[in-house]
Amino acid sequence: MTQPAPAAGAAARKPVPADDGGSPWRASLARADVRTLSLMGVLAALIVIGGITQPDAFLDTDNVQLILTQASVIGVVTVGMTFVIISGGIDLSVGAIVALASVWATTVATQEYGFAGILFTAVVVGMGCGVVNGLLIAYGGLVPFIATLAMLAAGRGLALQITDGKTQMVTVDGVLRLGERDSYVLGLPPLVLVFAAVTVVGWLLLNRTTFGRRSVAVGGNAEAARLAGIDVRRQRLYLYLLSGVCCGIAAFLLIILSGSGQNTNGNLYELDAIAAAIIGGTLLSGGRGTITGSVLGVLIFTTITNIFALNNLETATQQIAKGAIIVAAVLVQRRTAHTS
Amino acid sequence: MAPEPPLLTMSGITKSFPGVRALDGVDLQVQAGEVHCLLGQNGAGKSTLIKVLAGAHQPDGGEIRWRGEPTALRSPLAAMRLGIATIYQELDLVEGLSVAENVHLGHEPTTAGFVVRGRAAKASTAALLKRLGHAEIDPGRPVGDLSAAQQQIVSMARALSHEVRLIVMDEPSAALDPDEVDNLFRIVGDLTADGVAVVYISHRLEEIRRIGDRVTVLKDGRAVAGGLPAKTTPTRDIVALMTGRNVEYVFPERPAEQAASEPVLTVRGLTRRGEFAPLDLDLRPGEIVGLAGLVGSGRSEILETIYGARRPTAGQVTVQGRVLRPGSVRAAVRAGLGLAPEERKAQALLMLESVTRNVSVSSMSRFSRGGWLDRGAEREAARAASPRAVAPPRPAVRPRAHPLRRQPAESGPPPAGCCAATASCCSTSRRAASTSRAPSCTR
Repeated sequence: MTQPAPAAGAAARKPVPADDGGSPWRASLARADVRTLSLMGVLAALIVIGGITQPDAFLDTDNVQLILTQASVIGVVTVGMTFVIISGGIDLSVGAIVALASVWATTVATQEYGFAGILFTAVVVGMGCGVVNGLLIAYGGLVPFIATLAMLAAGRGLALQITDGKTQMVTVDGVLRLGERDSYVLGLPPLVLVFAAVTVVGWLLLNRTTFGRRSVAVGGNAEAARLAGIDVRRQRLYLYLLSGVCCGIAAFLLIILSGSGQNTNGNLYELDAIAAAIIGGTLLSGGRGTITGSVLGVLIFTTITNIFALNNLETATQQIAKGAIIVAAVLVQRRTAHTS
Repeated sequence: MAPEPPLLTMSGITKSFPGVRALDGVDLQVQAGEVHCLLGQNGAGKSTLIKVLAGAHQPDGGEIRWRGEPTALRSPLAAMRLGIATIYQELDLVEGLSVAENVHLGHEPTTAGFVVRGRAAKASTAALLKRLGHAEIDPGRPVGDLSAAQQQIVSMARALSHEVRLIVMDEPSAALDPDEVDNLFRIVGDLTADGVAVVYISHRLEEIRRIGDRVTVLKDGRAVAGGLPAKTTPTRDIVALMTGRNVEYVFPERPAEQAASEPVLTVRGLTRRGEFAPLDLDLRPGEIVGLAGLVGSGRSEILETIYGARRPTAGQVTVQGRVLRPGSVRAAVRAGLGLAPEERKAQALLMLESVTRNVSVSSMSRFSRGGWLDRGAEREAARAASPRAVAPPRPAVRPRAHPLRRQPAESGPPPAGCCAATASCCSTSRRAASTSRAPSCTR
């Protein structure tokens, strides 16, 4: 195993993308770079494809804003999911939590408390679901797959019970206004700014804090983490809590976006978020993953959907293409992992 | 040191796991500044004992006194806070994290309690590595890229990153070559000179003679002897304590070697790039060949490659004149090869299945017709095999026939892997890390 040394050294001297600049963890960064750069290449290729097939519609400011807005909701969920997967877990309940949080936050009773009431309820419901997941997994000894599958079923059921299947319209002006063009900042919808903020916070949390370091350790080798004095169970609880909070934030964004709360919200978000994280290079078995990769995964997915829609291709075709992309991405990553 | 209470006193420690009584009333007393050697066969309870000491297992009974005070070691963190650090044999490192991240895992230098000060962690890691004589290891490199020996150094740096008063080393020399072992002993000497106690586990008696002060011997979860002088206790006594047998009995008589029969197994130029250099090996009927080498030197890799579980880069394996398809376990099994791998739980057994099914899993085709299993025949065959499976295995195997790079000296059960001409192979190396060092099986 003398080979990797010069390779890693050479890679470290490559220019580092701006958002990763100044990291002292050069070697591990250099590895992530190959992946990040290839994802950026894919995104650039998609933009070129979009620009060629629909030169007017695709590069239009409105369309770019649309793509970013659509990416925001699932993007926030994906950031939380990335942490959970890095730690060796999985959260299948994210879609259901988004649905539950969005309907709970838009009941008539909640809306009486106005903007703050809606935001607070969405986040707290998300957090509550995350805590239940975390307690079941960390202290109840349930397998993450099963605990969050149960939460998926129960959360959707509770959301249906709250709404009785009806759409709950939002009447709070402050919330509705955030979805309007007047509140755009520098041409960016507030939703996108929230997504950007969650991304930055997520990146810092993963790369600069003990929380992030410990999440990677738990996913990479839980026994080693335990022997190093890390409270693995508490760490797991916090991770599912984090995922729940992200779902709560996403639910709030969805309320702004749709001006309503529905029990069908967040349908199949779990699959989109997992797919985006995996495309972004997060190892499903845990121990490795990046926020940058996951966010690029989300952007790639959303851009593809947009291009397909602009070219009037059916949803069915989109789904098939998505499946193919997931497989391709993982296969390509395996190759780069071997060569780098 | 008479008036001062011992640094550590463990008395009557018991610990059971489902179906096993791992510790059955163990006593251990360690003085500050001594090298206390812990000896015992595999399964004697050494690992469980040090995990209790590290706070990783909670004992069912018994008392632990730290500097005379009764103490409960409720978590690894609690043990570390007292100054007990452990270097585990199974490397307890996270491969995806860098050297510095591993060294400081669980006690990262931070600002505001949670923001990691990366540069500080790297600098202190570099200082520790320098103190350990390994300034060449880059603190920023992922641990997964390092050799087994280098990972061992990182484990040691991690232990020393705490304020230690007692440091447990579980076979620290297993992955180290002689120069590295000298370096290790220098470090142990420095530590004990500072009053740090070292609990040292090794199978190599010559090491224990060199650095040990006292010896405690474990057998079947009990301390059969405590505080023997390490330098003067006769080897014969130590081995007898460890095995419960007389030394003569450890190496049973074997039938005289059959002269000049044709080799059953012939290996020519077998290579796996990055794991081991070209290897030639001949194995005749009735012969036992030992493969000796450090952890990470490629012992397990060689056996797994012969068995077809790893695909060789070059070379061929011939069984009774027939060349085996490279990288095919199926071909090897058909030719009559068997592998008893080192990691029983991970590589050999289906833990939730019955003994019968475990016995038959590699020869299932013998009991099936058109895909349907003949369960009667399967049970029959397992019953025929299992009396042998449960009988005590041959206590030790003397490496012979091939000169070995490193004889496992006179210790009780030598940690040498064996490759028997009955076409069963086994190895005792402890992890499948690979290094560029390959044992030279010169003939």
